[in-house]
Amino acid sequence: MDVIAPAPTAIARRDSSVRSLVLHDVSVQYRHATVLDGVSLTIAAGEWLAVIGPNGAGKSTLLKAIAGIVDHRGTIDIRFDDQPATGSRRGTLPRTSRLVAYVPQNPMLPPGMTTAEYVLMGRTSHLRWFQFESGRDRDMVGRTLADLDLSDMAARPVAELSGGESQRVALARAIVQQASVLVLDEPTSALDLAHQIAVLELVDELRERYGLIVVSSMHDLTIASRHAAQVLLLDHGRPAVQGRPPDVLTADILSDHYGVEVSVLPDPNGGVIVVPVGNRSKPTTGIVGDPSVHPVIHLDHSDPSEGDKPS
Amino acid sequence: MTSPGASARLTRAVSATPMPDTPQRPSVTSIEPAAEVRRAVAGAFRVPRTAWLVSLLSLALGLLLSVSIGSSDLGFGQVVSGLVDGLPGITIDSGLTSTQESILWQWRLPRAVLGALVGASLAMSGAVFQGVFRNPLADPYLLGVAAGAGLGATLAIVTGARHGWGPFQAVPAAAFLGGLLAVGIAAILGFGSSRSAASLLLSGVAVASFFTACQTYVMQRNSEILNEVYAWILGRLGTFGWSDVGLVAPYVVVCGLIAVGLARHLDVMQLGDDEATALGINVTVVRAVLVIVASLLAAAAVSVSGLIAFVGIIVPHVIRLVVGASYRVVVPLSAVAGAAFLVLADIGARNLVTGAELPIGVVTAFFGAPFFAVLLWSRKGSWT
Repeated sequence: MDVIAPAPTAIARRDSSVRSLVLHDVSVQYRHATVLDGVSLTIAAGEWLAVIGPNGAGKSTLLKAIAGIVDHRGTIDIRFDDQPATGSRRGTLPRTSRLVAYVPQNPMLPPGMTTAEYVLMGRTSHLRWFQFESGRDRDMVGRTLADLDLSDMAARPVAELSGGESQRVALARAIVQQASVLVLDEPTSALDLAHQIAVLELVDELRERYGLIVVSSMHDLTIASRHAAQVLLLDHGRPAVQGRPPDVLTADILSDHYGVEVSVLPDPNGGVIVVPVGNRSKPTTGIVGDPSVHPVIHLDHSDPSEGDKPS
Repeated sequence: MTSPGASARLTRAVSATPMPDTPQRPSVTSIEPAAEVRRAVAGAFRVPRTAWLVSLLSLALGLLLSVSIGSSDLGFGQVVSGLVDGLPGITIDSGLTSTQESILWQWRLPRAVLGALVGASLAMSGAVFQGVFRNPLADPYLLGVAAGAGLGATLAIVTGARHGWGPFQAVPAAAFLGGLLAVGIAAILGFGSSRSAASLLLSGVAVASFFTACQTYVMQRNSEILNEVYAWILGRLGTFGWSDVGLVAPYVVVCGLIAVGLARHLDVMQLGDDEATALGINVTVVRAVLVIVASLLAAAAVSVSGLIAFVGIIVPHVIRLVVGASYRVVVPLSAVAGAAFLVLADIGARNLVTGAELPIGVVTAFFGAPFFAVLLWSRKGSWT
């Protein structure tokens, strides 16, 4: 059973002086197509930003730009005490990979690699060419594995882990990376209900404990509303609406951009419950992962070349 | 319990930023990991000691057997004392005649050492290519090294430039340059058209086909050289004296050390370009460096030994199946195991058929393929 609530203890501390992640007019072009256009926002330390939008809206591209995986225009700054510490210019210290950890939607799990080895790779950005991990690096990995209740998996091959286990192992790697910003692409898309909640609560706990900035794309709007301090709705690569969850997740806005009628109910547990009532009506609340049972996100009017990939 | 290690590291990381020092979070307690976790972490990416021991012992044994066995038998004990005698500052009576001494030092030993160097570079080159392209079928000749070297060697044989200049023989030099030329063209095409590994692979295929076509044409027009070219293609370790060893050794040592030093990057690159980039690897640069290193290893090996098949693709897989999949295990152990394998195969090539020498490429495949098949069968299920 890998649903856990870890004890609030810590191993890998990071720079607590990070104040904010500031994006100014960020655009991404693949060849001649602009897939992301003019995103500006500020996220304070300890805040969670949920990026939502129909398929092909540019969510993954925005996350990759923040993680330094794709080139972008505009600036992405991580500010320490309101000073830009990293510019978008290449080679500016410290490197993006020391400040931003990235967990893709489907993390690659190389055959033959153990969990301990996988998590140890989180130290990569702290090592120079031809340098290998020190005893301290290994010690940090051991403590992180124990802390996140992953001890049983330490010697197991990552390729044999379940979806929920591999997400937690990927989070452990991000913690070992000691980044201040945690970028998660659809962290729960492959998980059942219990594991979704477990993983998101773990992220929430790590966010509070370390004052992390969390940026994640989310398909499930109900769950997004529960965790996020801010929501950014992207549509066709442009920022359509951004703000607090109750301001963005309204029936009018969602119906407009997802192209399907929805109703939004207040959630007694905080946040809102988003229910589609449009031309297709299947129960959706709380069920994510399988896009076929999630008409809210699939009846979109975006271009068919989904996946934020260059065409 | 506080973790002094983590906090010291953190201080360093923070001081590396251009920001003024800021107060750190207070020390917090952390869970002491259980023994099995510590063991798993301590063993992560490390070569097990037994693996080192076994592979180094088989290499040493192979070298000793190789210098002892041959058409004129030098006794095993005599060889050992003869070798010790050759060490600077040590003089013992080995009981070898001066003819035997010269067989040992000018024929057997250079040939055994050359075999070890060629085996090590082919196996390392194959391991690196497999890692860079994340493709288990990759081998040292992937990007056209073999085709380029083949064309170079064929041209050298046709033009009869057999003597070369200085210490360089014409055929090895032409093969080396031809191999690098082919890889160079493939790399320019591949990296120029896109940064992906697949485009590099496809450029290699295109370049190899072109060079092979040229070679076939030249051979067709000069049928009198077919036997000589054919012998080169099958691979051989015929050498006298130490010049070939001197030619290859610098490439093997320098490129081998770089390959071992970058094995950590190879492991991270198994996560794919996106994750490797996010973890701080400059994928394009690392891939280019590794392709250059692996190509130099392959070209150096091919230039002195011809096209010895099978070693470069199979040895890394044997290490994977028997020891572990991490490139920090596969690259160094492939070097030792590849060296041992080729030295042993050369003993067979020289002695299996009386009166004639078998091409070593035939021996490596003839004995290596069934061995690998059995291994693959006995480890079924562990293959992913």
